Amino acid sequence: MKSIFIIMLSAVFVDNFVLSKFMGICPFLGVSKKLSSSLGMGAAVIFVMVCATAITYPIYWGLLEPNSLEYLNTVAFILVIALFVQLVEIVMKKMMPPLYKSLGVYLPLITTNCAVLGVTLLNIDNEYTFVESLFNALFAGVGFSLALILFAGVRSKLETADIPATFKGIPSTLIAASIVSLSFMAFSGLIK
Amino acid sequence: MSYWKEFTKGLIKENPNLVGLLGMCPTLAVTTQAVNGIGMGLATTFVLLGSNIVISLLRNVIPKSVKLPCYIVIIAGFVTLISFLLHGYVPDLYDALGTFLNLITVNCIILGRAEMFACKNKVIPSALDGLGMGLGFTLALFLMGSVREIMGSGSWMGIEISFMHPVSVFVMSAGGFFVLGCIIALVNKIAGKKPPQKIGCAGCPNASVCKSVKGGNEE
Repeated sequence: MKSIFIIMLSAVFVDNFVLSKFMGICPFLGVSKKLSSSLGMGAAVIFVMVCATAITYPIYWGLLEPNSLEYLNTVAFILVIALFVQLVEIVMKKMMPPLYKSLGVYLPLITTNCAVLGVTLLNIDNEYTFVESLFNALFAGVGFSLALILFAGVRSKLETADIPATFKGIPSTLIAASIVSLSFMAFSGLIK
Repeated sequence: MSYWKEFTKGLIKENPNLVGLLGMCPTLAVTTQAVNGIGMGLATTFVLLGSNIVISLLRNVIPKSVKLPCYIVIIAGFVTLISFLLHGYVPDLYDALGTFLNLITVNCIILGRAEMFACKNKVIPSALDGLGMGLGFTLALFLMGSVREIMGSGSWMGIEISFMHPVSVFVMSAGGFFVLGCIIALVNKIAGKKPPQKIGCAGCPNASVCKSVKGGNEE
């Protein structure tokens, strides 16, 4: 129980995927313009991260590791993630059209999101147990969503601000991200 | 002459990182030291060169409907190869890059070049395009790494600079965002053009989907 609590704190605040591990910067900068799209993207990422971990964990420890094929993990994981995302999209479209309408559009964006591949690889590197891996994936996704949602708020203010012409657009967004990241550094003392 | 152009366009004019705004994650994550920046850049160049050549050779074989999984497998193969090489010959760099070495697989520069260039062009231009884009990326990473190392650790390429007082925030995550923002602004100023309003999606295979997302990029 204690270790899960530490994993939660670490994944959401201390080692936030976007703001301190720099994974998933593209969707962070791309889809954080509006609160609604941040929420949708965040929910889709949480879902895919947990499912991807649930699939890749048995593949690594059950299939690759006993046959000493650990080096194939990148190839195997990215294939599984790409296939899984495609599958979910098809199933969702057929079975749950309302859910597909609100979340489905974000799914293809996730295949090439390095946060998803990153969390599956890190779970293996850190040698978490299956349950710990699932919680790590869940809270990494929550941390990602938190950063996205917070940043959507910052960005809506940024739109109306009067900034020098050369800094308009991406440069000012990055500098705003740097300030948000600075505020997250305050959490770094939480875990020794 | 046109071969030369394919090579040089990626270096400065169409620099994938600072002008195209692709591959932001490694740019921010591994550039705490200039040496790591170069290492990451060269590893990416190797993968980009290899994948561009193979995809260009197979451009008439790969069916359109499954091209994305095919590209990803080819790229992941080269990533596995380079991580073996680095693990064997440069273990220090291997440790410094960590997970980000494996994450080259999902670097959008590589998929972007496969999608925009290699699948439509012959082998030699594709190879030169990959090499140029890769070196442009390396250059950008080296620049980022130099600024962050000099400001943050008071050294450059591991050599102490005695008069620099290190400001450690530059090697932390917040400094990464800040330095990248400033460098892109500087590039805009020098290039004298309108700054990019959005992140570069042109080469991303998901661009068409991204556009359809409300509140996404191409609003």
